[in-house]
Amino acid sequence: MSSASEAMSLVLLGNPNCGKTALFNLLTGSRQKVANYPGVTVDRKEGMLTTPAGRQFRILDLPGAYSLNAVSIDEEITRDVVLGTLAGEQRPDMIVCVSDATNLKLNLRLVLEVKRLGLPMMLALNMTDLASKRGITIDVAALQRELGMPVVNTVAVRRGGASELLAQLEASVPARLPQRAAELPPPAAWLAPDVADVTATQREVRRILAASVREPAIDTRFDERIDRVVLHPVWGLLILAATLFLMFQAVFSWASLPMEMITASVDAFGAFLSTHMPESLLRSLLVDGIVAGVGGVLVFLPQILILFLFILALEDSGYLPRAAFLLDRLMGTVGLSGRSFIPLLSSFACAIPGIMAARTISNWRDRLATIMIAPLMTCSARLPVYALLIGAFIPQTTVGVFNLQGLVLFALYLAGVVSAMGVAAVLKMTVSKGLQHPLLLELPSYRLPHGRNLLLGLLERAKIFLLRVGNIILALTVLLWFLSTFPGAPEGATGPAIQYSYAGMLGQALEVVFAPIGFNWQISIALVPGMAAREVAVGALGTVYALSATGDDVAGQLGPLLAAGWSLPTAFSLLAWFVFAPQCLATLAAVKRETNSWRYPLLMAGYLFALAYLASFITYRVALLLTGAGHA
Amino acid sequence: MNGPLELISLFDLPRGHEGTVSSGDLATAGDAGERELALRLYEIGFVDGERVRVVARGFPGGEPIAVRVGSTIFALRRFEAERVLVAPLRNGRATA
Repeated sequence: MSSASEAMSLVLLGNPNCGKTALFNLLTGSRQKVANYPGVTVDRKEGMLTTPAGRQFRILDLPGAYSLNAVSIDEEITRDVVLGTLAGEQRPDMIVCVSDATNLKLNLRLVLEVKRLGLPMMLALNMTDLASKRGITIDVAALQRELGMPVVNTVAVRRGGASELLAQLEASVPARLPQRAAELPPPAAWLAPDVADVTATQREVRRILAASVREPAIDTRFDERIDRVVLHPVWGLLILAATLFLMFQAVFSWASLPMEMITASVDAFGAFLSTHMPESLLRSLLVDGIVAGVGGVLVFLPQILILFLFILALEDSGYLPRAAFLLDRLMGTVGLSGRSFIPLLSSFACAIPGIMAARTISNWRDRLATIMIAPLMTCSARLPVYALLIGAFIPQTTVGVFNLQGLVLFALYLAGVVSAMGVAAVLKMTVSKGLQHPLLLELPSYRLPHGRNLLLGLLERAKIFLLRVGNIILALTVLLWFLSTFPGAPEGATGPAIQYSYAGMLGQALEVVFAPIGFNWQISIALVPGMAAREVAVGALGTVYALSATGDDVAGQLGPLLAAGWSLPTAFSLLAWFVFAPQCLATLAAVKRETNSWRYPLLMAGYLFALAYLASFITYRVALLLTGAGHA
Repeated sequence: MNGPLELISLFDLPRGHEGTVSSGDLATAGDAGERELALRLYEIGFVDGERVRVVARGFPGGEPIAVRVGSTIFALRRFEAERVLVAPLRNGRATA
């Protein structure tokens, strides 16, 4: 604490939609550390700021909150950090309240509430460019006087838009702070307010606004003209459907070129290793294990980034909450709320960010229901499995104007969504009977998505994905290679070597369980590594079928091999299995972390496994009947 | 306050119409959950005397409703909107 070089800590505090995260991005650039608060999966975003004068600040971007009187986990975290009661979190040296200058009536109440704590703080009036465009004039000096704290203008989406804030930080925070937070008196005791308190504060907000802000009659025509269409029961839903359709089209069509390029590079690298290394176990590990396994997963990076680009842009523009508004009642019929829409949409990329996004749902029952059905949204990791099987078993013909393979893919996605609604309806009847769930969702003004924020968001996603590839998937691939290589085949063995390996033994043991739904021992083995990352199942089938090919080659050669080796009922059964695909350890771990209990991940694994087995069983038996007992 | 004007629930305010919030004692009535909800509605601006307008209604059943309060729009479900009483404005703009 004595060293003056230790960076001061600032927190950014503000309402949702005040542009706080954009300001955080502007202040810290890419020097951000994203982690979780202990025990919960609320993003903890920290970054470093160096002012022009060389002063260093550690900045924490707190979750958006309307009030310290928390109604969601996000708001609880914000309150606890500010009060210094969150374990493992140091009390901030300075609070920077961020307020939307175009919406001070809503934002200032929180500022006054926090001010009562008596901690060092200042106010950043964000989006002042928009405010002046709307003819709002703010007398900063008067506001400063009324609030009794420094007030600065910021424009978070403009380069240099934080210069006033930087200057104020340099000026008002002495280089050698006489008192650090640890030495300051604790904040004034915080008590949950009642209606009379809030009314009094709101009256004070209006008095301060009257003294410092001149606002023309609000011009809401632009937004409302858009909303008349976007929130319309018919046009709005059509626009939403078209947006989602465009999004999924983009995920599949825009991504194909970069995916081909990644595949080609991975193949070239594998081929390079093959030709330049002597035949050895190490070469087999590198080429068959690591390059094939990791490369096979890396290929999905473009799709994940495109999906997140859409989600981030829709979020930034203010459209996502409106989609939630449109779907609220429809989702309400199965016991979900419109707020579940955003987490479920993210789950199409991966259930884990989806499950994490569910933390914005303040109602615990709603949140739990959303978490429980998130894995039923077909995540991008299942796509390679679908692509392999559809390519191998569904003829490339057209039905009317539609491609049959595309229709099957769509049907698989739809099967996931429909079963999710079914599960939610069952949960509604059993778990969350008869409760009224709040919505209380802000529909912010429309804004153009901002390039730098999108880019930083995408970088963050790419980093998370690549770390996953580097850790779990790499380790798993190596393990699988080991299990299917040792022990070697005995002298005079007739079958392929893998049949005698540990993996082969495991697969043959599992076959007993999976034979009734048409899975052979090769499939049974592939399901095991698929538990850690579903996409590994494709690579695993490749390894298991003793192909020494890499990346797309595996899929390319595996397809005809499977088509010849498996019956149609087996293929359909496996497709049905992957609609539910209960085996994703990372998802279960996220659920464990989110719900802070083993009960829900176990329940989830159990119900998904039961559904998958049932669906595969029915599919297999029906397909056997229809194809005249198959040819297997 | 608003004198002898007839008060209705915010949920019953037709789309495109304006009203003045006048919840009065309703804000402090009810069980703990209802009082917590009332408090949050106050915090986000549904305080007595504030002008509000229903911008859009959901489907089916006209729920949820999108309400403009100040320069913000909030989406509320029926039971939330019913915790707010409003005095409808006579010149509330009716939309065809």
